[in-house]
Amino acid sequence: MLQCATDPAAQLGKKVAVVDYVEPSPRGTRWGLGGTCVNVGCIPKKLMHQAALLGDRIRDAPHYGWEVPQQVPHDWRKMAEAVQNHVKSLNWGHRVQLQDRKVKYFNIKASFVNEHVVCGVTKGGKETLLSAEHIVIATGGRPRYPTNIEGALEHGITSDDIFWLKESPGKTLVVGASYVALECAGFLTGLSLDTTVMMRSIPLRGFDQQMSSLVTEHMASHGTQFLRGCTPSRVKKLPDGQLQVTWKDLASGREDMGTFDTVLWAIGRVPETRSLNLEKAGVNTNPNTHKILVDAQEATSVPHIYAIGDAAEGRPELTPTATMAGRLLAQRLCGQSSDLMDYDNVPTTVFTPLEYGCVGLSEEEAVARHGEEHVEVYHAFYKPLEFTVAERDSSQCYIKMVCLREPPQLVLGLHFLGPNAGEVTQGFALGIKCGASYTQVMRTVGIHPTCAEEVAKLRITKRSGLEPTVTGC
Amino acid sequence: AKCLCCIGNLSAHQSGLLQKLLQKESAYDYDLIVIGGGSGGLACAQEAAILGKKVMVLDFVVPSPQGTSWGLGGTCVNVGCVPKKLMHQAALLGQALSDSRKFGWEYNQQAKHNWETMTEAIQNHIGSLNWSYRVSLREKAVAYVNSYGEFVEHHKIKATNRKGQETCYTAAKFVIATGERPRYLGIQGDKEYCITSDDLFSLPYCPGKTLVVGASYVALECAGFLAGIGLDVTVMVRSVLLRGFDQEMAEKVGSYMEQHGIKFLRKFIPVMVQQLEKGLPGKLKVVAKSTEGPETMEGVYNTVLLAIGRDSCTRKIGLEKIGVKINEKTGKIPVNDVEQTNVPYVYAVGDVLEGKLELTPVAIQAGKLLARRLFGDHLEKCDYINVPTTVFTPLEYGCCGLSEEKAIEVYKKENLEVYHTFFWPLEWTVAGRDNNTCYAKIICNKFNNNRVIGFHILGPNAGEVTQGFAVAMKCGLTKQLLDDTIGIHPTCGEVQKREVF
Repeated sequence: MLQCATDPAAQLGKKVAVVDYVEPSPRGTRWGLGGTCVNVGCIPKKLMHQAALLGDRIRDAPHYGWEVPQQVPHDWRKMAEAVQNHVKSLNWGHRVQLQDRKVKYFNIKASFVNEHVVCGVTKGGKETLLSAEHIVIATGGRPRYPTNIEGALEHGITSDDIFWLKESPGKTLVVGASYVALECAGFLTGLSLDTTVMMRSIPLRGFDQQMSSLVTEHMASHGTQFLRGCTPSRVKKLPDGQLQVTWKDLASGREDMGTFDTVLWAIGRVPETRSLNLEKAGVNTNPNTHKILVDAQEATSVPHIYAIGDAAEGRPELTPTATMAGRLLAQRLCGQSSDLMDYDNVPTTVFTPLEYGCVGLSEEEAVARHGEEHVEVYHAFYKPLEFTVAERDSSQCYIKMVCLREPPQLVLGLHFLGPNAGEVTQGFALGIKCGASYTQVMRTVGIHPTCAEEVAKLRITKRSGLEPTVTGC
Repeated sequence: AKCLCCIGNLSAHQSGLLQKLLQKESAYDYDLIVIGGGSGGLACAQEAAILGKKVMVLDFVVPSPQGTSWGLGGTCVNVGCVPKKLMHQAALLGQALSDSRKFGWEYNQQAKHNWETMTEAIQNHIGSLNWSYRVSLREKAVAYVNSYGEFVEHHKIKATNRKGQETCYTAAKFVIATGERPRYLGIQGDKEYCITSDDLFSLPYCPGKTLVVGASYVALECAGFLAGIGLDVTVMVRSVLLRGFDQEMAEKVGSYMEQHGIKFLRKFIPVMVQQLEKGLPGKLKVVAKSTEGPETMEGVYNTVLLAIGRDSCTRKIGLEKIGVKINEKTGKIPVNDVEQTNVPYVYAVGDVLEGKLELTPVAIQAGKLLARRLFGDHLEKCDYINVPTTVFTPLEYGCCGLSEEKAIEVYKKENLEVYHTFFWPLEWTVAGRDNNTCYAKIICNKFNNNRVIGFHILGPNAGEVTQGFAVAMKCGLTKQLLDDTIGIHPTCGEVQKREVF
């Protein structure tokens, strides 16, 4: 957790060490300093998403007068090399930053010896012992492999591998319904690859379900195939190298088969805590999730041992929350402040082909918490101006704002589905942090022409039953 | 509708008529007549109709000196925001085409752009908007007349259509929403040979090598997209860029444009435009004079686009007949905080207003709220504080609140804290684009809890980023709240998390 180490702690004269090690994936993929986000998460994901979006723009361009060939092929290798080079530059940047801040960096696999000592093993097998007054566990998580599917481990890959593939994954089956599954399936489709998503039940569990349906609806109408209510039972490698997948339709019980070049498991992540020897330090974990139990100060069951990021129980698995938690923790440890992390109203964005940005409560959560009579939902279908000339389908471009019904109608949650959803949502997240009400949002003048202004123009409630489609300028 | 003037001898009916006049609304043809069918006018008219009032909208476009005209909807829809953003998008797509190669798309030729294809598509979209406005007015039973409206006496206007036929209408209340039109230089050859934004978006031929005169956002946005589609563009600037905007940001906007091939001629003004060759486009010679000395220069261009400002359409609508005061110098109409002119039954919204921002959403908001106050017993006034806006130049500039200069003027430098940062959008990394260009700054008032009083961002999708910040500022955003809010990663919007003094 570099923020924790570099920002305040080392700058405040503390002697700090960072221990980072990447156990190669079953396929053998490994990477440098920086963690999931930089190497096998947010960064390469957004870059490949951008590559896919550029494919859309190439299709839009002729409508706007550009003379472009009908079919433009995509070269995976060229993209992968560019993305991987950028990630490597970030690895390098992190190493330089640690050096500049005089933080010692050990590329070793560490585990606890006792509550103040860790033992690290290098790639070559050499052992080092490190002792510290405070220890922060920020080991994150790794993709889960299915345990009861024959051939899953040998023949499937995960997000740990996809961003580092030198060759195109070809015809791909993505198993899972997480944002990882949908984002990957989304950009693979956008790069002209034949892509299928296999889901056991609902997409984006935990997210607003109406929005999640619109996300998958958009993907389905833009070339991604979906196999809903199915689970794989076997993966077999064929003589020509392709993979034969057998699956079961849960409703009918029927078995089916298909052939793919790649099978990508995106069925969740497991925290990297089992090889830490936590019991030697007395650090408790949740027996079901294996995540480390922490309090509001990020302290574990052992007062001087802390945990932040994806390995900690009950925290959003997001880079910016981990970053901020790390920074605040360091400041507290150095006596600089007593500010605690606020995990409420954390905004996020799912970078599917049509992006979904959200902050606050889903409609279901709001209704569960406050009761339907006390919740007002304002919503609208809108058409981004840029889609008009491009003749793009905007059927799923949709916004809803979930508010308390009582005046001034405090905003409980905002959900935006459309282009640049992350950019749109960020500012509104600030507004919600400031306690924005529907009245205040409505009093804010829009910026024209943008998609974001449609949020400030929401008028139709779900309760009214009126048609929520925005027309005209 | 019968004019009072058409009823023979008045005196015999005087007492009866006075009775009717005293009954207020029922004596008039309409509850409300709106002069001008643009953003503000239509919003006001439709809202009044929704509240059950009898409403008329008059809209008429006097053709530009080049002969350009357009349909219902006003500046924004026809010759402003909408076509501007679409042409800006065309330019951005050109950039995307060249980025796409770095992301693996195998597209090796130098992209060529066809002006006619683009303008046809854009004009078709505008046509659909004109149509949808007409349908919308019909659905709400708002009477729409495509005629030029002017006051002839109190509560009465004369409407002249394209054929010159005159009809009179009366109303209890009026809203002036006649907007503005581009200003000309007043030099030899300007009206004959130069075009303006009124003409550009429907120009039936590619403008070619273009000289843009002016430094307004209109000038810079047009210069930006013309260069973006591959044209040779020069901008002639008399003094500063984007007057009224934060000057540090304005210079960065200009600097980016310059780095990307747009030529700037600073501190020059044209004195003569001469036609060298006829054609579509032809060839024009421009002679310009320095504002600092005797130096002159000459240039040859296919097109000269004047973007030096806009003048209110208030001087020829009979306002003097009913005593509505206008600012004689600027033509703008001063109003109070309920958009009322000095004549109680006459109101105004939109670009004609003195001291208000010339923006579509402001006009719409003002128009709607005005209608609700007049006819719906609402009290809410239009909130003109912290109105966000975005300049859609090649590198977009979004802002809300005060410029740094204005903040210093109002609050004094020692009471301010300015946090700023350069940033490199993730999408620009692989594309190999500039890494020290995108920039954001926030200006805080130290003595009011470090309240954010100015927000400025220069980068892609600046409008999308800025909108939510405007909401936060409306809710009293402070630096602390900004710091406490988690960023969405990876985006440009999260850059506010990295701002350092």
